[in-house]
Amino acid sequence: MRHDAPLSSSSPVRTTCPYCGVGCGVLAMPDGKGGAAVAGDPAHPANLGRLCSKGSALGETLGLGSRVLHPLKRNAAGGYDRVSWELALDAVAGGFSSIIARHGPEAVAFYLSGQLLTEDYYVANKLMKGFIGSPHVDTNSRLCMSSTVAGHRRVFGSDTVPGSYEDLDCADLIVLVGSNTAWCHPVLFRRMQQNRSERGAKLVVIDPRVTATAEDADLVLPLKPGSDAALFAGLLVDLAERGLVDATYLANHTTGFDETLANARAIAPDLATVALRTGLGMPDIAAFYALWASTPAVVTAWSQGVNQSAQGTDKVAAILHCHLATGRIGRPGGGPFSLTGQPNAMGGREVGGLANMLAAHMGYSPAEIDRVRRFWNAPNMARQEGLKAVAMLDAVAEQRIRALWVMATNPAVSLPRADHVLSALKGLDLFIVSENVLSNDTLRGEPDFILPAAAWSEKDGTVTNSERRISRQRAFLPLPGEVKPDWWIICEVARRLGFGQAFSYPDASEIYAEHATLSAFENEGSRDFDIGAHSMLDRRAYDALNPVQWPVPAGRPLGTPRLFGDGGFFTQDRRASLKPLAMPALASAVSDEFPLLLNTGRIRDQWHTMTRTGLSPKLGAHISEPSVYLNPADAGRYGLVEGGFARIENGHGAVVLKVALDPGVQEGALFAPIHWSAQTASHARIGAAVQPFCDPYSGQPEMKATPSRILPVAYAARGFVLSRDPVALPSESWWAAVAVDGGQGRLFATNASADELMAHSRAIFGEDGLVEMVDREAGIYRCAATRDGKLVAALFLGPADRAPLWDTVKLAFADPDFAPENRLALLAGRRLDGAADAGPIVCACFGVGLNAIRAAFASGGTVSAEDIGRQLRAGTNCGSCLPEIRRIGASTRHGNSAGEAAA
Amino acid sequence: MAEPLIIIGKGMAATRLVDELSQRSLGRYSIAVIGAEPRLAYNRVLLSPLLAGEIAAPDIELKPAAWWQARGVSTLYGRAVSSIDRMAKTVTLEDGLSLPYARLVLATGSSPLKPPFPGIDLPGVATFRDTADVDLLRAHAERGSRIVVIGGGLLGLEAAYGLSKAGGKVTLLHLVDRLMERQLDAEGAALLAAEMGKRGVVVRLNAATKAFTGKDRVEGVELADGSVVPADLVVIAIGVRPNAGLAKAAGVAVNRGVLVDDGLASDDPSIFAIGECAEHRGQVYGLVEPAYEQARVLAARLAGKEASYAGSLLSTNLKVSGVGVFSAGDFEPGPGDETVILRDRAAGIYRKFVLRGGRLAGCILVGETTGALFYLGLIRSGQDISAIRADLPFGEAYCVSEAA
Repeated sequence: MRHDAPLSSSSPVRTTCPYCGVGCGVLAMPDGKGGAAVAGDPAHPANLGRLCSKGSALGETLGLGSRVLHPLKRNAAGGYDRVSWELALDAVAGGFSSIIARHGPEAVAFYLSGQLLTEDYYVANKLMKGFIGSPHVDTNSRLCMSSTVAGHRRVFGSDTVPGSYEDLDCADLIVLVGSNTAWCHPVLFRRMQQNRSERGAKLVVIDPRVTATAEDADLVLPLKPGSDAALFAGLLVDLAERGLVDATYLANHTTGFDETLANARAIAPDLATVALRTGLGMPDIAAFYALWASTPAVVTAWSQGVNQSAQGTDKVAAILHCHLATGRIGRPGGGPFSLTGQPNAMGGREVGGLANMLAAHMGYSPAEIDRVRRFWNAPNMARQEGLKAVAMLDAVAEQRIRALWVMATNPAVSLPRADHVLSALKGLDLFIVSENVLSNDTLRGEPDFILPAAAWSEKDGTVTNSERRISRQRAFLPLPGEVKPDWWIICEVARRLGFGQAFSYPDASEIYAEHATLSAFENEGSRDFDIGAHSMLDRRAYDALNPVQWPVPAGRPLGTPRLFGDGGFFTQDRRASLKPLAMPALASAVSDEFPLLLNTGRIRDQWHTMTRTGLSPKLGAHISEPSVYLNPADAGRYGLVEGGFARIENGHGAVVLKVALDPGVQEGALFAPIHWSAQTASHARIGAAVQPFCDPYSGQPEMKATPSRILPVAYAARGFVLSRDPVALPSESWWAAVAVDGGQGRLFATNASADELMAHSRAIFGEDGLVEMVDREAGIYRCAATRDGKLVAALFLGPADRAPLWDTVKLAFADPDFAPENRLALLAGRRLDGAADAGPIVCACFGVGLNAIRAAFASGGTVSAEDIGRQLRAGTNCGSCLPEIRRIGASTRHGNSAGEAAA
Repeated sequence: MAEPLIIIGKGMAATRLVDELSQRSLGRYSIAVIGAEPRLAYNRVLLSPLLAGEIAAPDIELKPAAWWQARGVSTLYGRAVSSIDRMAKTVTLEDGLSLPYARLVLATGSSPLKPPFPGIDLPGVATFRDTADVDLLRAHAERGSRIVVIGGGLLGLEAAYGLSKAGGKVTLLHLVDRLMERQLDAEGAALLAAEMGKRGVVVRLNAATKAFTGKDRVEGVELADGSVVPADLVVIAIGVRPNAGLAKAAGVAVNRGVLVDDGLASDDPSIFAIGECAEHRGQVYGLVEPAYEQARVLAARLAGKEASYAGSLLSTNLKVSGVGVFSAGDFEPGPGDETVILRDRAAGIYRKFVLRGGRLAGCILVGETTGALFYLGLIRSGQDISAIRADLPFGEAYCVSEAA
């Protein structure tokens, strides 16, 4: 609970969701107690009132328990002391000054985040590239969208998403490539599904992994990892052979088609070759090509399966080529469409917060450098592209970079070779972290200062979503403690570095206005990113700003839904540039030693490293533990069983995860979620086992195909602990933290005996008020700790093959004032009143569990997911669980009750 | 013509026997019940709550006078039997009356053991066996006397609790290092001692009595270690001795108690014994439940039916308000046995289950005895409890719903 008074508000505040790139509008109504009721904004064009499970649970994530509330300085003992802002800012500025004086400006770097607001990004970029004079500004968008940026820039001459979400409503064919849209962009997936049910649009899903998105697709193409470009090169060849090439469009608006087609023929001369390269069956490939060829209103949308690749730029280009060749771009219902991963990756790209951009979609040509220098009146312009994320951290490791400021991201979890990253960070002369929460692995990199930054609900600015739509993210709660907005922190440091005049913004609106003015500065249609219409926005107009799609040049305040329908690319010759692709191949191949390809990605109800979603009990109930998903045949091959544990290792690192069998994962592949950190699990920092090999153009690492091996790990016992505050488990135990109502839960596995757990529990909970069950020979120990009669903790241990269930105890634990009359009955771990355990939560929005859904199907009156919606409400909000509900229905009808929810 | 059936003793075993007989073979026997105490038969188990003032004297009556009359039973109360003539098949009362019998049932119960310590006969050294004892004990307790109870078994604990509850300043002396050592393990006994302490009873373990001090009446208890515990009243509750004197005098085979076979018959086929005076397969039971089981078997046999008694599984129920203690079967695990324990220190609850070969061999419930009969049933039936093992400590409801 927050200790501050809430901002007064009689009507909901319109803001934007802080999670994925869909950028849904949110109505937040502060509850006067530091929380807020959250609903979808029906007036926001991105979501029209819908929210997904994550967005719906935002109200559960507003607590201050894990927040950084004051500036913190590392002391000699390795702890942190609270210091004043004055002291912290002086020390940070002084540290940067002396390192720049000794080692030059290129010894300092910023590592930013797609979670920053555009205004934060703008001042960070301006400070580094115009005033400090270092080009080393990169961002976690490097891990997310940089291949798309590079692909767009190569082909379009600019980083431009040509289409609109409305295209998903009116397309006749939607092709999803490397995207589990149903889980990662649920609101857009619902739009697609609505189009399918109302207009009969077809859906093709191209993904090595058969996910929830593929559940009822018209065509599913589980191709070999890394072979996407071969499939689309084959499509280009097929289109040419069918005579569907739009010669007029190509002639008027493009260059390089002939070489590109010749290159495509070399890669994919015929169906048989495509089949060989992709591992797909020829009939499926032919069906896909025929469908694409015969459907002019086609949207090809992609996400990380395309981007996180050592050939991501080529994959993007291969898709763009097909759309350009047929002129299917910039038209309602047709075009290539990048689905962005982060809430403001686009905003970061717009300000130039990437190492290979300068500012406002300008690069490092002498004219551009000079233009930005004049606009900023900048004394120390950066002169060439800076180091991209992976290279930046290598430079840190090699001490070419000696000062690093990380803002709003968690590179010690998310970057490849995360262990290497962590040790590199420790070697910095000056390491600054601006952060919301203390539960961040990057803080283990021993930052000299931790600066308390504003979080969603407190910060105020703009974000841009996947369809170029700029929306306001508005504050609806006060800044707690001494927390400050990121832009303020950066400007204060800039002032202390002697650049006060250029960083004297009274509020975010003036930063935005300057950003808008730069976008229009000497533009005259030469650059795609032009929001000149906003350059004169005053504070009130900024506050009232409605969501709008850029470009918004002066005189066109309603923005631009689509581009490139009539050409007008942002290359020198205003033509799109088609170029040959490299032969599709993975960065590293499997071997006898590492025979499996480790793929990484998101799960439905968590976001990034869980520092926010990890606070929501509702979201923790869908998939509570970090698992590795693999094909049942591989499980048999490597001696793994569902619910057991496995160690995944390669030359970079290792993790231990639970085993989940998933026929949707190809043989030879492993899938592991990216979300768990050292804060939330003992052995699940997957970044440590991800290879660092990057795309040569985008610098984006290939995070979805690291050759690895897998071996079973056995634990004698499994259990759970529920406590008001996190508690330690015996060393060597495997555990995963789960937010639960009333505190924290940990699911664990261990080789410690019941006696050892008993001693451990007594040590941490004390013997007074402890209720215990001991069955040494059966390997069972259970205890509940009470204080003043109130339940404060519970720990259950059982043999690994009969792990205790926690639903009942969790319910009892949820109420912090619960004083059980019959404490012993708590240890039974189940209720007698017939109330069944909910089981894993399937519908996070309404908290509907697997068991209720199964029972409804089994009762016979329920035949469809829609019936379930009517009966239980499940699936009627964000709909991201609908594929799962259908699957449960099918398996219940077939009398197969194997654990679907875990898949 | 009804056969004369004489029951010597009018306690709980005798009452139950009449009850059982009246349901099976009313009219077959002409029954006479002879008892030394002048009052109606009462529930001796309830003497403790009576002492504690938790119930009133009329509450302990087993059956009203009309109940006996309705069954045509002659009741001869306040009249002791002096001898049995097995040849003549008669019993002779102290007042000279001689009654013939076809069948004779001895239900003479037991008497408190009184150890031969110096001063044992001093006034103020009492036992706790009948309603007269209760009256004496209560009178002392209500005055706030210093009372020493000797014996940390079931009876001693109940006496100590009742006396403390009634106002006495009670010290409980026990010879060995734990209370109820024949029914409890160390942890259960320690918990019980703590709970007794909370109820105002000072418990002294390893306390061997050497003598009772005092001139005209008892003033203290001297222990083997030389210390003296001052006392206005001493209550001896160290055990009982079967009342087998009549039988022995009549030449019926007697060891500690009257020796009976599985038909509850002595070596004289016309004479039977049940309850605390009987010794069956080497076992003398000091508890009511075996007596009831014996009464049921004997009633069946007297009614001409097949029935036999194979011994009772020992189980103990301590009835001290809020400190229930139940113990049954083998409560100390032997080699290969397994143990399940449940404890709630703050609530004073301890439950221990000893498992042997997938079956429940014994259990201890301290503090809270819900489910005692269920566990007793499991021990007696010897059924496989592997499937309900994890739910076992939580009671029947959990085990049943597990099975369902």
